Amino acid sequence: MSGLVFFSSRSGNTRRFVEKLDLAADRIPIDETEAFPDIRAPYVLICPTYADAHGRGAVHRQVIRFLNAPERRALLRGVIAGGNRNFGATFAQAGGVIARKCNVPVLYRFELAGTDTDIARVKAGLETFWGQECSIPA
Amino acid sequence: MKDTVVSRAVPRAVNWNRLEDDKDLEIWNRLTVNFWLPEKVPLSNDIQSWSQLTPQEQTLTIRVFTGLTLLDTIQNTVGAPTLMEDAITPHEEAVLSNISFMEAVHARSYSSVFSTLCQTDQVDEAFRWSSENEHLQAKSRLILDEYDATSSPLRKKVASVFLESFLFYSGFYLPMHWSSRARLTNTADLIRLIIRDEAIHGYYIGYKFQRGMERLSEAERQEIKDFAFGLMFDLYDIEARYTEQLYDPLGLTEDVKNFLHYNANKALQNLGFEGLFPDEACRVNPAIMAALSPNSDENHDFFSGSGSSYVIGKAVATEDEDWDF
Repeated sequence: MSGLVFFSSRSGNTRRFVEKLDLAADRIPIDETEAFPDIRAPYVLICPTYADAHGRGAVHRQVIRFLNAPERRALLRGVIAGGNRNFGATFAQAGGVIARKCNVPVLYRFELAGTDTDIARVKAGLETFWGQECSIPA
Repeated sequence: MKDTVVSRAVPRAVNWNRLEDDKDLEIWNRLTVNFWLPEKVPLSNDIQSWSQLTPQEQTLTIRVFTGLTLLDTIQNTVGAPTLMEDAITPHEEAVLSNISFMEAVHARSYSSVFSTLCQTDQVDEAFRWSSENEHLQAKSRLILDEYDATSSPLRKKVASVFLESFLFYSGFYLPMHWSSRARLTNTADLIRLIIRDEAIHGYYIGYKFQRGMERLSEAERQEIKDFAFGLMFDLYDIEARYTEQLYDPLGLTEDVKNFLHYNANKALQNLGFEGLFPDEACRVNPAIMAALSPNSDENHDFFSGSGSSYVIGKAVATEDEDWDF
């Protein structure tokens, strides 16, 4: 099984989602002066959505800065996005934006800190996903 | 100059270039970009649709909307202003003043629906009904009791998040239900604007609640958490009876209750807590979920193979200046 990288602002919804997954995960710092985690292996990114009514600003600036580095971007395999269905068409839109920019699939979308069902599905899904990844010859 | 004049406390002038909490600016920007007025929504396109509802369905709709008007009025005139007294940063007070005003816009927008679609006597009857409805009055009182100046800042925030993120939903269900049947679709557009605002309000006040909790001892945090779950139980009890009274005649009560459970859990998550209701009790009718988030590809799940493998946002402006590629 390979890595997880996540971003969570101080409201902590995504952090709580990742904690419930109970898998090793690297955190993208909130503070721009802090160093990004050193990523050497393929990973799935988990991040929340901040879109306004026009869909702008969906991806947090720190996540964009993290993905701007080609060596980190090259290891991204998929994205899991948080959000709130109350925002209608922009629900979990960070996932779609990153998928398009980085040409990776949106693996899953969840609301706020996720439900038990979300956690079970993502744990099982990631296991299968990494199994498929590893069986592809380099 | 007299001493009494000199000792009067003067607020700090708010300097938005010196932030103590980045969330204040983030939420200010979200709320101001999202600003809207009911005049932007072509409600008159619903006149024909309205005339096709039965008298019973019309009465229910107007009553539900007067109930929502009451909650918005409370939040506009009491809830948001009382939270301002507890604000930690001057920017937080400014954000709360926006929240307060938008609640006035929400309350006002129901009257736009009424003046466009309804007869004056129907509306007057419904406002009378809301002022006399025991469940509506009871839940309002529970919230107002916490808004009293004697209540603690964190208890006020719990009450506020429960109003914003839970109590509205017994009412919001109905326009989503009509919308899923292609009825009153413009009114539903207006309600979705309100739902979007309330989601930001609940998130922000819940965030400030969590900041406040960090300053407390473990024992004090537990006490507030017990209070929050206790208040949720009491409010749910009233909401269940309110729901039965309104929706039993249409046979929708169980469907509405699932929606209430789902939203109660989201309200608790806004406060940083785990949900109360098990997932099985939160299975909202997919038609209601689709009405809540149209065009968001409701069933997308790559892991289970449902939906399309790549979800691309539809109304997107992805070109953010921060991207380097």
